Amino acid sequence: MGGMAAPQVAPVETPATDEVPASDRPWVTIVWDDPVNLMTYVTWVFQKLFGYSRERAEQLMLDVHHKGRAVVSSGARERMEHDASQLHAYGLWATVDRS
Amino acid sequence: MFRRHGDRYVAVLAVDEVRVLRKVASEVVGLLTDGFDHTDPVVGRLFPDAYPEDASTSAEFRRYTEGDLKTAKIDQAGAILAALPDSAGGEVRLDAEAAEAWLRALNDARLAMGVRLEIKDGTDLGAELDDAVAEDPSSSRVFQLSVYAYLGYLQESLLNALID
Repeated sequence: MGGMAAPQVAPVETPATDEVPASDRPWVTIVWDDPVNLMTYVTWVFQKLFGYSRERAEQLMLDVHHKGRAVVSSGARERMEHDASQLHAYGLWATVDRS
Repeated sequence: MFRRHGDRYVAVLAVDEVRVLRKVASEVVGLLTDGFDHTDPVVGRLFPDAYPEDASTSAEFRRYTEGDLKTAKIDQAGAILAALPDSAGGEVRLDAEAAEAWLRALNDARLAMGVRLEIKDGTDLGAELDDAVAEDPSSSRVFQLSVYAYLGYLQESLLNALID
């Protein structure tokens, strides 16, 4: 972020991730399976960090566990890097990629 | 093991548990301060590459996230050290914020030990421990595996108390 004045845009309501067309969310945060993290802990982290429901968080955790990886958030690259670094603070193995 | 008492999370720890927790939390702090070494696989696990197929972008990500992440991990290990009874066993009583710091710190300690112990998907901890005991009951591996298992129980009990 430079010091240059950016054009002011009226704040708009951010749509939920699910409603954003794929073309507008070119980056994703991926969580990978690892043998140490407890399943209940991973579910809790998803709820905590992303505000996901228990059901959605559990489904994502199971995807990570069974498929080896799952996309846990998508959006602008900077936000995905923020998400990855938050997940690292909780000890989850997270990476950033193009969707 | 942790239980919820009102808005506090409480465990009564034996002297050995206090000693073990102080040791593992101090080791994490040591690993993140004096001993910090990017070539150490434990450091690699605690600070994963954000772009596994792009070393230079990963390095850039590291440059602007690693400092804060390291501070956070040192602080959460510090939360364990701060809440432990002085020397003998005794009660640990955590508020919600300290409980979450403990959860993250216990997880870091388990990740570090998991790398050293070469824990894999499908590793049967009980069988590993039996093998290690059969080989040499006084070995460091027996001790490390026991500590690793203990930290898992403790973390899970704290998590269950939080979710409850």
